[in-house]
Amino acid sequence: MSAMDHTEEPVVLAPPGLQIGPVAWCRKNLFSSIPNTLLTLLALFLLWKLIPPLLDWLLFSAVFSGSSPDACKDAVGACWTLIGVKHRFMLFGFYTYDEQWRPLIATVILLCLICGSGYPKFWGKKLGVAWLIGLPLFGWLMWGGFWGLPLVETDKWGGLPLTVVLAAVGIVVSFPLGVLLALGRRSALPAIRTVSTAYIELIRGVPLISVLFMASVMFPLFLPEGVTINKLLRAQVGIILFTAAYQAETVRGGLQALPKGQYEAGNALGLSYWQSTLLIVLPQSLKLVIPSLVNQFISTFKDTSLVLIIGLYDFLTTTRTAVADPAWQPFYVESYAFAAIVYFGFCFSMSRYSQFLERRLGAQGRR
Amino acid sequence: MTLRATDRPSGVPWYNDEKTRGVLYQVVLLAVVLFVGWWLVSNTLRNLEQRQISTGFGFLWREAGFAIAEQRIRFEPTDSYARALIVGLLNTLEVSAIGIVLATLLGTVVGVARLSTNWLIARLATVYVEVVRNIPLLLQLFFWYAFITQSLPGVREALHPLPGVFLSNRGLAVPVPEFNEGQAWALVGGAIGIAASIFLARWARKRQDATGQPFPTIFAALGLIIVFSFIGWLIGGAHSALSIPEKSGFGFSGGAELSPEFAALLIGLTVYTAAFIAEIVRGGVLAVAYGQTEAAMALGLKSGLVMRLILLPQALRVIVPPMTSQYLNLFKNSTLAIAIGFRDFVSVDDTVMNQTGQAIECVALIMAVYLTVSLLISSFMNWYNNKVALRGSTR
Amino acid sequence: MLQRLFLAATFIVAAIGNAHAGMTFDAVKARGMLVCGVHTGLPGFGAPNEKGVWSGIDVDLCRAVAAAMFGDATKVKYVALTNSNRFTSLQSGDIDLLARSTTATLARDTTNGINFAPVNFYDGQGFLVATKRNVKSLPDLRGATVCTLSGSTSEQNLADYNRIHKMSFQAIAFEKIDEVVSAYNTGRCDVLTTDKSQLGSLRATQMTTPDDHVILPETISKEPFAAAVRHGDDQWLDLVKWSLYAMIEAEEAGVTSKNVAEKAKSADPNLQRLLGVNGNMGKALGVDDKFAYRIVEQVGNYGESFDRNLGPASRINLERGLNHLWTNGGLHYAAPFR
Repeated sequence: MSAMDHTEEPVVLAPPGLQIGPVAWCRKNLFSSIPNTLLTLLALFLLWKLIPPLLDWLLFSAVFSGSSPDACKDAVGACWTLIGVKHRFMLFGFYTYDEQWRPLIATVILLCLICGSGYPKFWGKKLGVAWLIGLPLFGWLMWGGFWGLPLVETDKWGGLPLTVVLAAVGIVVSFPLGVLLALGRRSALPAIRTVSTAYIELIRGVPLISVLFMASVMFPLFLPEGVTINKLLRAQVGIILFTAAYQAETVRGGLQALPKGQYEAGNALGLSYWQSTLLIVLPQSLKLVIPSLVNQFISTFKDTSLVLIIGLYDFLTTTRTAVADPAWQPFYVESYAFAAIVYFGFCFSMSRYSQFLERRLGAQGRR
Repeated sequence: MTLRATDRPSGVPWYNDEKTRGVLYQVVLLAVVLFVGWWLVSNTLRNLEQRQISTGFGFLWREAGFAIAEQRIRFEPTDSYARALIVGLLNTLEVSAIGIVLATLLGTVVGVARLSTNWLIARLATVYVEVVRNIPLLLQLFFWYAFITQSLPGVREALHPLPGVFLSNRGLAVPVPEFNEGQAWALVGGAIGIAASIFLARWARKRQDATGQPFPTIFAALGLIIVFSFIGWLIGGAHSALSIPEKSGFGFSGGAELSPEFAALLIGLTVYTAAFIAEIVRGGVLAVAYGQTEAAMALGLKSGLVMRLILLPQALRVIVPPMTSQYLNLFKNSTLAIAIGFRDFVSVDDTVMNQTGQAIECVALIMAVYLTVSLLISSFMNWYNNKVALRGSTR
Repeated sequence: MLQRLFLAATFIVAAIGNAHAGMTFDAVKARGMLVCGVHTGLPGFGAPNEKGVWSGIDVDLCRAVAAAMFGDATKVKYVALTNSNRFTSLQSGDIDLLARSTTATLARDTTNGINFAPVNFYDGQGFLVATKRNVKSLPDLRGATVCTLSGSTSEQNLADYNRIHKMSFQAIAFEKIDEVVSAYNTGRCDVLTTDKSQLGSLRATQMTTPDDHVILPETISKEPFAAAVRHGDDQWLDLVKWSLYAMIEAEEAGVTSKNVAEKAKSADPNLQRLLGVNGNMGKALGVDDKFAYRIVEQVGNYGESFDRNLGPASRINLERGLNHLWTNGGLHYAAPFR
């Protein structure tokens, strides 16, 4: 940049080299003052100490081949052999081995649906149709039992498909519940308001573990004789009840953010409560909270890992079980790293998406 | 269609009247809630009776019969289940309280670092926040626990960085002062120091209001507390005996020990919550209009003072409410202790549950305890929030 | 949309589900499938292999009951249970039968709302420690850190022993056995304590070099393992009890899965009653008269089951000891089939 050719054109002098370009950028952003310089040097030193050994461990000295822990005997780096050997178990748990292509396809379908629903461009009737087709297809692939697929019961489900199902069903089913609770909490009718508020505050005051305990240990005692629901469904119900309370608060935020004029306009038009709620209030306020709802989805996705405590084989459990084998035990870091990368991939992309939506909707919605 | 009016126009049937409807809705809801409640309770009672499971909290006074590794108050297996649960609750409160303090400190540092004019520091803080926020806490806890137990050496090869300090896969052993009655005087001294600091702060505030001259209150207060504690210690007889951990047999004797379970839980909770707190702090500081900073700088305040006197007090108003929910989250997340073998309330409760088979009572206990403490935390934070807000509005 | 599918799913799943308390026998029969609560993975007692096929001595009891009920030992659905949720799963009707190396105790028999079947394995609590520690017997372990399972009888026995002998043990309790093992393997604790058979199984399968670890000679408790059913479920308990007795009786009578067809032709009235040639023993229980025949044919007698899962033929290689028949100096003794 600093070296400019002189031509016939009117000469536009570039600023002196020390005020623009990489050097100046460094001066401004890294070395602007003595404390800043010290901080920068310290950070650089730490990075220099950390990054090369980390890369070395992750890639350069890592072992990628082999089929047993012996392959990693002399390895200084990571032993990715573990993932090579155990990835099927980590991803699908105890799902019937020869049928594991089914959860794979099913999960891909579900993820495509979720991603598709993320694009504002696709929002419309076709999306609904896609879900209507996709979900039964998903169920059929996972359960089977007819049309040529052998039945695989839910207690064999495990790994990533289980995590995705728990999160996706949890968020979708709890959403209408959450909306109702939020409306209830803002209702003018004292009984409805009290019941909704009590539910929301009760659930938000207790840890998810207690709700899961309740689901796994107490639900069966609540039900009349002869009626039982299986373990997966119980955990799912626990997650739904828990998430609904948080969704309610998110939605309530949207309801409160809506200018009062909108409510008054609805009333002035003579619309009934449900008409003005469904036609005026909800469409606007839900749009306001979409980014928060995506964040809620991220938390729910992460929270599903707690089903480990009540003995379901979700993705975190399967990655842990994979290194319970004493021969593989020394490679716990690899298995946690694998799990961390997968979770991070999901959650980070969702959080980026939420930021994208926030910007986009924010640009539209600003008054 | 009904007009939203208090008086029902003639010709509108009673069931379309808004008031009547309101009452009707509520009656229906209450009836449904009561019915569901009754249905659940009666099912449960019938099931319990049929299976001959005893009910009630009488079991709490029976002998526990198991030991708890980590105890803040004395606990023997001969003590009751109730006492075991209290030991668990104290462990929960301890790890949560320390976690809240550390997470606030770390979170504030990271949050401010994200706003740093130093590009590298800001980037590093961003990476930290994004990575930590997007990985489940449980996974992080497992990692920390495995890291501590698998990468630190055993007791016999324990790291010995300072005299009397041992770091091994059994945790951290540090020397602590041997407590005796003389040291109570040091505590008394400390209390006097705190009282004196409060008076000093009041005086300093008044003086500053009157004359505009600032007073280094924080340093003065620290000095007062230290000096008074020291005087108290001298009066008490200046006992300087330390209980120093020593390797003996299978572990350490003497000193205080920090178990790997506790450490892993504390580190995990702190690191995880700090990432969220960092975002809140950043948001809070950004929410203060930039003009405030410019005005402060125009007045010639140094950047540290700008932060302390102008930005933080205003940002606090934005920060405190979301911070409350992070504190509550940390407290509730401490229940994940059960997965790494730390005896918090839930973990002890779980043991009690499967020894006594009193599932309903035990789950109810968890809910009651966490609900109570959550309410206490949030009411304290509300009180603090009101204080911050009030000061802002009177000025 | 999703809700509707979910509802449909609920019905499918609920249809697979369970049990009228007090009428488990009829419920199991109607369902055509036994739901058995087993260990999350304890080789020799109950553990799935890589393909998800369960085996073990507890699993064999489940298979025996299924063979008695349906004439088909494969009609079992296994539910893996942790120490903490085993009793509640049984109480709540999640499972029909709990066969999960569970010690029968008075408190469990009464306040937990369950009833125990006869003992299917006699055990006692022991201690596993690394050879390099140079520990010869229990007193050498004073002050050691001990890992154990939370909510187990081991945890309570350890506390009792500690109290009586002033051992100043530090007990660390975990939810699952693999957590206990990994804590022991990483050196978080010096000693691992649980039932001796389990220690044998863990030493053989979960330690990189089994010879580096030794099980101390002391046994500090009695641990009679028994299957359990819900309290007041008498007909069901009868079937479980006699399915186990059939296996023990078959061993005593020398009936094995290999020779059972031949033995059924025997003129010995005892054998004839056992194998359903006459006597209508099955009818009395509400199942086919040849129930014991099916058990031995498909599962084997007690000795075969022991050898296959825990004995020299397995990786665990456990001494039979107390688990011999009474005729060989052990404790297994079936009530007569008459």
